[in-house]
Amino acid sequence: MGVKKTPVKEIEIPRLVTPEEVVEEEVTPEELEVLEKGGVLITTLNKAVNWARKWSIWPVTFGLACCAIEMMATAASHYDMARFGAEVFRPSPRQADLMIVAGTLTKKMAPILKRVYDQMPEPKWVIAMGACAVGGGIYKSYAVVQGVDKIVPVDFYIPGCPPRPEALLQAILMLQKKIEQEPFDNKI
Amino acid sequence: MVAMADWLDEVKSRLGEAVLDEAEFRGENTLVLDRGSLPHSLEVLKEEFGFNSLVDLCGLDMGEDQDPRFYVVYHLRNLDTKAQLRVKVGLNEGEKVPSACEVWAGANWMEREAYDMFGIEFEGHPDLTRLYLADDFPGHPLRKDYPTEGYDFEE
Repeated sequence: MGVKKTPVKEIEIPRLVTPEEVVEEEVTPEELEVLEKGGVLITTLNKAVNWARKWSIWPVTFGLACCAIEMMATAASHYDMARFGAEVFRPSPRQADLMIVAGTLTKKMAPILKRVYDQMPEPKWVIAMGACAVGGGIYKSYAVVQGVDKIVPVDFYIPGCPPRPEALLQAILMLQKKIEQEPFDNKI
Repeated sequence: MVAMADWLDEVKSRLGEAVLDEAEFRGENTLVLDRGSLPHSLEVLKEEFGFNSLVDLCGLDMGEDQDPRFYVVYHLRNLDTKAQLRVKVGLNEGEKVPSACEVWAGANWMEREAYDMFGIEFEGHPDLTRLYLADDFPGHPLRKDYPTEGYDFEE
């Protein structure tokens, strides 16, 4: 008596669909009725993954100067970043997928910023918050990096000195839109 | 208040020829000392006149065309009598100042700061490395001839 071998079924792995390729098909009332009874949800993998990503952006704690106070205010009860699913500030870059660079980046801090960015797993995004992070701000100085985009790639720039919490919230909403639109397998 | 002039005259007569110059401004007394008399003269100030606290030590750049170009400034305080004294020592490029670490242990990081910002070298310092700036930083930024944005500024 031997163990029965189950033949390996050849399954077709579906090709990843980019948003441009998605064709929105009309659902007829009859089909809808069937769907509602069966409780079936139809979507593309791209949409599902991006949906999950955009509502659970975990930022890494990276406050460098006064902008960090605004970032904390954004996370606190009054502005309540949790409404947009981005409230879990992680002290470890390994568990984060968004770096909000809030404040002046000095040349001595630059290698540390680079290291924290490198330690973050994909998918990851960067928001440069405030004039200093965007382009050095008022510090045209030997000690200050003239914008974090000299060190890491930046997705969104928030002007202001410091920007108000609403501005940071808008950047996060825009980031959600960006995540929604990009093919998810761009960042794995 | 402690009578300022009393102890100041004593200090001056005790240090003798080491005192090159003196100044008084709004009750603050400054002595310019001979660089060769250090660190002995500082020891005298601490042990005999009770200046047991080194409040601050900093560098000073008078400009490239001045002689001496640099000063090292010591702010001293006697914590018992509350007497204060400022001591200055002049030097030029390439010259060294004896370290005050043996007299006041707190001089260690202050001298490193002066070295970092002005390039003033302290003889006998246990670890004369940069304090604030990166180890491979070019130049000394608080010198008068240093461009504000640094040597490697990119727009």
